[in-house]
Amino acid sequence: MTAFFWGLGTFLLLNAGLCVWRAFAGPTSLDRILATNVVGSKALVVLVLLGLAFERSLLLDVALVYGLLNFGITIAATHFLETGRLKGDWQR
Amino acid sequence: MISTVMHVLTIMLALVGAGFFLVGTLGLLRLPDFYTRVHAVAKCDTVGAGAILLGLAIHVAPHPEALKILLLLLLVLLSSPTAGHALAHAAHDTGLEPWMRSTKEEA
Repeated sequence: MTAFFWGLGTFLLLNAGLCVWRAFAGPTSLDRILATNVVGSKALVVLVLLGLAFERSLLLDVALVYGLLNFGITIAATHFLETGRLKGDWQR
Repeated sequence: MISTVMHVLTIMLALVGAGFFLVGTLGLLRLPDFYTRVHAVAKCDTVGAGAILLGLAIHVAPHPEALKILLLLLLVLLSSPTAGHALAHAAHDTGLEPWMRSTKEEA
């Protein structure tokens, strides 16, 4: 079962690597925020898989904090955009 | 017997989740507009992470770690749609134009 976890984690990391391209080339800043959010949620699942493969339950706590931080980053960035502290390049 | 059923359930749920993640990645890369991308990604991420975490919780089931994985599942189910909604709301509030095939062909 550990080999299956490793394979699944590798597949998710390849997916996350593809999402990084959108974070690099996204036309708007919202695309970049969205892509980093997706990479973060994939990394959360990879952390849980690593915790099970290494039998370290500490990594589950790390994944929990990672998910909370990921959510907080997205909400803060969208709040700054809505209140006008950050400007997107589509706004004139 | 029971452990075989649990293994099969874990593997099936994990493969379903991996498929949803792949579809979400393709949508993020290929769709033409921010709104369509957030539409693809919000749902696929929620279901993909939810299915994989549910399968892993079944895998470790009698162990108390399963409760922690279920807590993570609850966090993902709550936070991922909220983040998608906040992103789309911010885009709509700041006036990001949605993509339309007709306006693009006329222009």
